[in-house]
Amino acid sequence: MPEAIEERFSDNIPDAAIAQINEAYEFGWSQPENYTIKAPKGLSREVVELISKSKEEPAWMLEFRMKALDIYRSKPIPKWGADLSGLDLENIYYYIKPTDMLNSRTWDDVPDDIKRTFDKLGIPESERGMLAGVGAQYESEMVYHNLKEEWEKLGVIFLSIEDGMREHPELFREHFGTVIPPEDNKFAAVNSAVWSGGSFVYVPKGVQVEVPLQTYFRINAENSGQFERTLIIIDEGAYAHYIEGCTAPSYSSDSFHSGVIEIVVKKGARMRYSTIQNWSHNVYNLVTQRAAVYEGAVMEWVDGNLGSKVTMKYPATYLLEPGARGEILSIAMATTGQHQDAGGKVVHFAPNTSSSIVSKSISKNNGRSSYRGLVKIYDGAKNAKSNVECDALLLNDDSRTDTYPYIEIEEKTASVGHEATVSKINDEQVFYLMSRGLSEEAATGLIVRGFIEPIAKELPLEYAVELNRLIELEMEGSVG
Amino acid sequence: MNLEIKDLWVSIDNEMILKGVNLHVPAGQFHAIMGPNGNGKSTLVKAIAGAPEYTIERGEVLYNGVNILELEPDERARQGLYLAFQYPVEIPGVTVANFLRLAIQARTGQEVQFMDFYKKLTRALEILDWDESWVNRYLNQGFSGGEKKRNEILQMLMLEPSCALMDETDSGLDIDALKVVAKGVNAMRSANFSALMITHYNRLLEFIVPDMVHIMVDGRIVKSGGKELAVELEANGYEPVKAMAAAQPAAAF
Ligand SMILES: Nc1ncnc2c1ncn2[C@@H]1O[C@H](COP(=O)(O)OP(=O)(O)OP(=O)(O)O)[C@@H](O)[C@H]1O
Ligand SMILES: [Mg+2]
Repeated sequence: MPEAIEERFSDNIPDAAIAQINEAYEFGWSQPENYTIKAPKGLSREVVELISKSKEEPAWMLEFRMKALDIYRSKPIPKWGADLSGLDLENIYYYIKPTDMLNSRTWDDVPDDIKRTFDKLGIPESERGMLAGVGAQYESEMVYHNLKEEWEKLGVIFLSIEDGMREHPELFREHFGTVIPPEDNKFAAVNSAVWSGGSFVYVPKGVQVEVPLQTYFRINAENSGQFERTLIIIDEGAYAHYIEGCTAPSYSSDSFHSGVIEIVVKKGARMRYSTIQNWSHNVYNLVTQRAAVYEGAVMEWVDGNLGSKVTMKYPATYLLEPGARGEILSIAMATTGQHQDAGGKVVHFAPNTSSSIVSKSISKNNGRSSYRGLVKIYDGAKNAKSNVECDALLLNDDSRTDTYPYIEIEEKTASVGHEATVSKINDEQVFYLMSRGLSEEAATGLIVRGFIEPIAKELPLEYAVELNRLIELEMEGSVG
Repeated sequence: MNLEIKDLWVSIDNEMILKGVNLHVPAGQFHAIMGPNGNGKSTLVKAIAGAPEYTIERGEVLYNGVNILELEPDERARQGLYLAFQYPVEIPGVTVANFLRLAIQARTGQEVQFMDFYKKLTRALEILDWDESWVNRYLNQGFSGGEKKRNEILQMLMLEPSCALMDETDSGLDIDALKVVAKGVNAMRSANFSALMITHYNRLLEFIVPDMVHIMVDGRIVKSGGKELAVELEANGYEPVKAMAAAQPAAAF
């Protein structure tokens, strides 16, 4: 990785006023009789030590975490994006041992609105528990085992991040923290200090993994949680599609989620990472995800953001060597009380690199969605090409959308296109569809579905169907 | 089926466009409306279909005896009304096939079996001499003017309305397309189907022969007659009927 990859989308707020964050970490930690582990609220060296110890980590990882903790403390909460003033970083549990978290929650603890949503989505009982964070096992172990055998024959590694660290120490250490160093931003730093759960994927040279790697196949994994960490390495000429997340609302009593996803796409390889996130509406979802893309390789992000109170998420692609290509498809829906601040970042370091960002957002009621994107083309990235398209659809008069496109071009031979549209649900379209017998709600829903179709069609069918259903649910009561 | 328009007054933005339209299209009949540009023809059919921008000031539109002006546009469609638009709108991202399936379901209130749907679609495409690949395109998006019109008729064949309002369906069609579209419309002819066709050209009426022709000037039907009226108009232009309209001023609202 080139050094000096600057933090983007950042202002320089002096370190003042954050001293408070460093307080209140003196509580120590408790280990109750039943041997479950739960750190006290807030963040301290003790908490970090506890996490590291419980995972039986090598010494270097503990050091990494500690260093990250210092970095976290030294960085201010960013003020350039969504409003984070409601985020109380002291009042958060930074570590609950996942088994404890699973067992301590029962179906009765799950809020009614989440249960109702499950009903509407028609999610089978067996999966509901898991989706709601209630301890449960994925049913289709047979499916998983067959796939797993096949992958193993090909040398594909698909493990929890913890198992990856333990079972493949060299491969892991070579790449971990290289794409997104803790210095990158405050939230990457906090994740680096307290990460827990997530995936480790390695696809060997030339191997094409045809069936998407899906997180819910990864049984025995620690529940992907607040500070999930994923590391994916696609070796030369290989291909994989990784699908993260479930489309049901990820119920969580925690209000702060900060994941880090690091991806390395080596020469001639291709990687697609798809995710549809649908956190409950109390969550601040602040994710850092980035891919380092080498010669002639291709990275595709398909990123769907529903749910959560505030999302800040800009899948990033660093095109490091000639001929590398990056594509980002991003979709966000913001309804009452939500702010989706999403988009993408592409940095061109080398000649003949190309990229495209397509972002679509839907705002309903007083929901707000922002496109925030960066295209940076360094001097020497000859003939680099980039195209950005962002389309916003507003469903109500008080819905809001903004666009923050940052374009920085140092290279004369580069070409960059940018197009942005804002539209409202068009009365003529609604009347046209209604004149065919569709109700107003169905007509509006169909127009919205058509609006996101360019992205939905990139998802595997069952996910596209889910995405449409989720949006339909969010659309309910939006007319009349 | 039986469509009766009684003393219909319609305004838009406080301007009265329709000034007492009376018209009766009995079940099984095809009627044509002709008239100069900007005289209220589209206003009439869009108001019947329930376009929200128009204000009904007075009058009734009875469809099989029911005053449909009190119904939502989708309810009117479910009663069997169909409007083939003069300017069909584009709906990006929604394929023709998917839309047709949803529309049939909405209109009938029943799930559509895929094989039934597919058979019906194949038949309709055959009548319209249209390739199957069309139904995978997004609804009207990037369609040429003539293609949009043909697509309106495809929808009509699929939705099987009992009364079709066709607003200049012939405009923009080349002669072969016109014949094909006429074939589609004629295929709908039955004792339970009626149609009201707006056109500027007698050409259409040679292919789809009307039972009656009405001329609309300044928001009123000023003359009605048989199909020979269209021929007469084509020969003499609108000046004589306009003069006639001027001589019999509209009733006050
Ligand atoms: N949204 C609107 N706002 C203001 N005036 C309108 C609106 N829509 C229609 N009109 C006016 O109403 C009148 C009748 O229009 P209409 O479209 O019904 O004419 P038409 O007879 O169908 O004409 P053409 O033969 O050109 O299609 C015209 O003067 C038109 O400008
Ligand atoms: Mg007209």
